Amino acid sequence: MLSYLINGISLGSVYAIIALGYTMVYGIAKMLNFAHGDVIMIGGYMAFCSSSYLGWPPIICVLFSIVVCTVLGIIIEKLAYKPLRAASSLAVLITAIGVSYFLQNAALLIWSSNPKAFPNLINLPSLQIGGTQISAVALITIAACIVIMIVLTLFTNKTKMGKAMRAVSEDKGAAQLMGINVNGTISLTFAIGSGLAAIAGVLLCTAYPTLMPTTGAMPGIKAFTAAVFGGIGSIPGAMIGGILLGIIEIFAKAYISTQLSDAIVFAVLIIVLIVKPTGLLGKKIAEKV
Amino acid sequence: MANDKEQKLVRVQSPNFLPEKELKNAPILEVSHLGIDFGGLTAVDDFNMVVGQTEICGLIGPNGAGKTTVFNMLTKVYQPSRGTIMLAGKDTHSMNTIQVNQAGIARTFQNIRLFDKLTVEDNVKIGLHNSINYGMFEGIFRLPGYWKEEKKSHEKALELLSLFDMQDLANDYAGSLPYGAQRRLEIVRALATNPKLLLLDEPAAGMNPSETQELMDNIRKIRDVFGIAVLLIEHDMNLVMGICEKIVVLNFGKIIAKGTPSEIQSNPEVIEAYLGKAATTPGKEA
Repeated sequence: MLSYLINGISLGSVYAIIALGYTMVYGIAKMLNFAHGDVIMIGGYMAFCSSSYLGWPPIICVLFSIVVCTVLGIIIEKLAYKPLRAASSLAVLITAIGVSYFLQNAALLIWSSNPKAFPNLINLPSLQIGGTQISAVALITIAACIVIMIVLTLFTNKTKMGKAMRAVSEDKGAAQLMGINVNGTISLTFAIGSGLAAIAGVLLCTAYPTLMPTTGAMPGIKAFTAAVFGGIGSIPGAMIGGILLGIIEIFAKAYISTQLSDAIVFAVLIIVLIVKPTGLLGKKIAEKV
Repeated sequence: MANDKEQKLVRVQSPNFLPEKELKNAPILEVSHLGIDFGGLTAVDDFNMVVGQTEICGLIGPNGAGKTTVFNMLTKVYQPSRGTIMLAGKDTHSMNTIQVNQAGIARTFQNIRLFDKLTVEDNVKIGLHNSINYGMFEGIFRLPGYWKEEKKSHEKALELLSLFDMQDLANDYAGSLPYGAQRRLEIVRALATNPKLLLLDEPAAGMNPSETQELMDNIRKIRDVFGIAVLLIEHDMNLVMGICEKIVVLNFGKIIAKGTPSEIQSNPEVIEAYLGKAATTPGKEA
């Protein structure tokens, strides 16, 4: 029971970290970045390559993966989304799906479809708490999630870049007229989101060590679900949504059915959205008439 | 600098500008032959204006005359189709909105556009954004540079707010403020960007007479404390006639009159634009 809970929170923490990327980008650019899941996959491959082929120490591999994904996120935004800043959100959505397929197929060309065994980057003994064994990976994942949450909250609330991000998400035009570099702020958001995706990629692949070009797709969709579940655009919402989703998934797997667990997860989403259309922490926007 | 002076001399001699004696001092803003087309529609045409360094100028005209369009061109929300805008002797042609703001033009909006989900103080800090100096790294790890700069901007924000007696509201959300306070906060936020020229788009809209009076005092105070120029769009004639030293009247995108408040009040074309042409007036050309 306890071990299920810990595993659920751990898996949920990964979802939460990914969901933060979705929610931040949505908050500022009002777009659903469906390529986000594939950035996770690229993050995984980067850590895999630098560790297995180059033999770099784990911490360097993780940092390398973060740097590559951050740069990748900025490039994707500049090339694919920025030219469409004024276009309809549907056009941007389709582009995002295009970028997603592009990344998956690029990975397919480079690394082939054969699953790669992800190296164990976290070599720590598991912990024994009251007869339950808890893996170090799970604990590190949860810790990483908490640290990211705190740093991100402080960043968005207490620094000038964070405030600029919130201002841009509310009113780009007004922010620009106050001298805020809107494009730079959006790039920064993509950079942070993609950097987080890299961390999520490494944590995910450490917990489930098979790496394929489609590795990021399912967690990406689930994290998106988590972001919507918690109220898209809200940072604490993404966190709570992610963790709840992880717990539901693990418990569904353990007590109901492994095959049906994904269906159950999405059924919960549907129910939540029927009851509370803006998500758990989403605010209802009243249009002034 | 020499170049600046030369340009000023040339421009002041141009017949499109008011005679030099009417300018308080060297102009901060010189607009000549400004025009913009939207598709086939000419929204503003041949707009000329000079604003002195500490002048309060008014831009008036009936609804749809193109007043806000002029503001949008000055702040580069729209790129003008024709004409030049000189800000403190510098051509703003190649500048974008952000650069124009940094060069010294700040504005408020006709319909309030505060950042509702940010606190009052943070709204002001958005205005201060470019004067706060610390990097990403310092911000994330909260190094001494971060604390120093945040403290400085906090003090500066409170100082600006106290100018309008708003320091006690610093921690409230901007969206929760009463209407009048939101209008004042917009002005404070614009002032935080350290402008040389402040554009106010209908600052008195929706205000009662006593609030309007207070606003007039505040606009004068801004000019005197900061030593900046103010250009305002307003429909409230008491305010316009009460504080503006110079008024430009726009109708159908064209300037129909320029001058002091008393000149404008007695200008037949202006009266016509506002009240319509008298049906029986003989010998009057449109």
